[in-house]
Amino acid sequence: MGIASFRRNTAARSAAQTTPVGRRYTGLFFALPAIIFTTIFFILPLLMTAFMSLHQWPLLGQSRFIGLENYVNMTRDSQFWNSLWFTTRYTLLVTPAIFILAFILALLVNLPLRLIGTFRTIYFLPAVIGLGTSSLLWVWLLNDRVGPINSLLNQLGLMERPVIWLADPNAVMPAIIVSIVWKTAGFTMILLLAGMQAIPTELYEVAKVDGANYWQRMRFIMLPLMRRTFALALVLSVIGSYLAFDQFYIMTAGGPQNQTISVVYWIYKNSFTNFNLGYGAALSIILLLILVVLSAVQLYILRDDTTY
Amino acid sequence: MATTAQPRSNSAPVAIRWQPILIYVVCIVLAILFLFPIVWTGINSLKPPSEASASPPTFLPSRIEFENYAKLNNYGKGVWTYVSNSLVTALITVVGSVVLSTLAGYGFARFNFPMKNVSFILILATLMIPFQSILIPLFLILTQLRLQNTLFGLSLVYITFQLPFGVFIMRNAFASVPREIEEAALLDGCSALSMLYRVMFALVRPGIITVGIYAFLNSWNEFLAALIFMTKEANFTMPILLTSVRSGYYGAIDWGALQAGLMVSIIPCVLIFLLLQRYYVGGLTGGALKG
Repeated sequence: MGIASFRRNTAARSAAQTTPVGRRYTGLFFALPAIIFTTIFFILPLLMTAFMSLHQWPLLGQSRFIGLENYVNMTRDSQFWNSLWFTTRYTLLVTPAIFILAFILALLVNLPLRLIGTFRTIYFLPAVIGLGTSSLLWVWLLNDRVGPINSLLNQLGLMERPVIWLADPNAVMPAIIVSIVWKTAGFTMILLLAGMQAIPTELYEVAKVDGANYWQRMRFIMLPLMRRTFALALVLSVIGSYLAFDQFYIMTAGGPQNQTISVVYWIYKNSFTNFNLGYGAALSIILLLILVVLSAVQLYILRDDTTY
Repeated sequence: MATTAQPRSNSAPVAIRWQPILIYVVCIVLAILFLFPIVWTGINSLKPPSEASASPPTFLPSRIEFENYAKLNNYGKGVWTYVSNSLVTALITVVGSVVLSTLAGYGFARFNFPMKNVSFILILATLMIPFQSILIPLFLILTQLRLQNTLFGLSLVYITFQLPFGVFIMRNAFASVPREIEEAALLDGCSALSMLYRVMFALVRPGIITVGIYAFLNSWNEFLAALIFMTKEANFTMPILLTSVRSGYYGAIDWGALQAGLMVSIIPCVLIFLLLQRYYVGGLTGGALKG
């Protein structure tokens, strides 16, 4: 008995001791494939983007170093500024729409009612469909001739003539926003729901004893304690909106009158329609910087040191 | 009558006195709004083609047939080519992401090695950089490797995009396994690799399923990279095929075929989500919020 346990102890100790020394590279061996993939297919292309942005780089033929010329050209590229403004406007409109609906949905599916889990699943369902697929779905739904939306609005007496949603300069933005809210509200709902459920119930009960009503409990307990969740959901949503491509490429092809060319769409056009890869790379670098700054600002504004 | 209300655990600001009926009505109206696009597409895809593109649209079919699905087969090399392209790409992505994330997660969770923190941050930091901004050089790299226009090349890119999430999830999964289990296995003479294979694998299975689901759905649904890298029609994935169905022949769009194609794209996602919802949502909340 004594000997057995002594033996086990020394064995355990020697195993523990050899781990850091004898197995110095074992961990690296395990992590290496992931590191190699990330290096070849992420870090290298990232460095290449920066490098290419300083060149005139056609798809075929010689590239030529031109310094910052691509960046200088950008200042005179009116479509770039239009795209930047359009993408910003789109982000500013779609983000609150997603958040308001997602917050209401999260409040609903957080209620202790029967079948509420089924509703949660239903609201989340569009989030698992691809954005490309859902964009095509909405091309049909919004079609002026065969689409159900015009037909329904017409039958409800809300509309006299069919609207060609995706070709009408005044209708295109609301139409796309509705489709995106449908697709993504469930995703934000789940994030907000997880934040809501992380708040200890006792806090609400104490507040209730002190006479706080539902809205007061929401205003003074739930919302402040959900800062970190809001920060995360906001960053994800703003980044997603700023990188929008599929919906504009599929639903409007950038139209009407080039009004819905997002920044990523403009990068795509320059790189893979005009084959001006250097300019596309310069645009990519600017987009990347904008996103890093945006995320940092949002995380800073909504920073939260609360522990509970 | 005089019973005191039970404290409701888990409900946000607790104990709401609204009529539950009203709440149900709101929930049902919202559910109809969320479901009708998918349901209507599904119903339309089963209509006779002329009804599927009727103007004004009808809701219920006069009879059910699969003609729209058959017509979908007239595009390019036939719909099965594209379904199998998407499936092959998704499966390579799933296997690659799971294997790489599991190995790396184990390495980062359980070992110390030179440059450990730097390489971990390196992998996670790619999450902050939009992949859209590196597609141009990726296109050139794949061309150099002679992998452009191949499903394998596309999968390699997708695997890389999955790594930050996958490695993060798997590192946490391994970190939550008690060390005693490993020490016992070490005493029994297990090598690090066989321990991973024989002992740890079962313990981190939920993490593996989560990584697998995300890899599948992201690969199956991805649009922009597939659009750029796959320029030959024979290598299109489903989302790219559908855009060409949508552009139609000679300007006329076959709406029935489009609806059938949409259902082919949607159904696998919905099935996977419904069957594995727990892992999916767990990955979303655990992966995103605990970070």
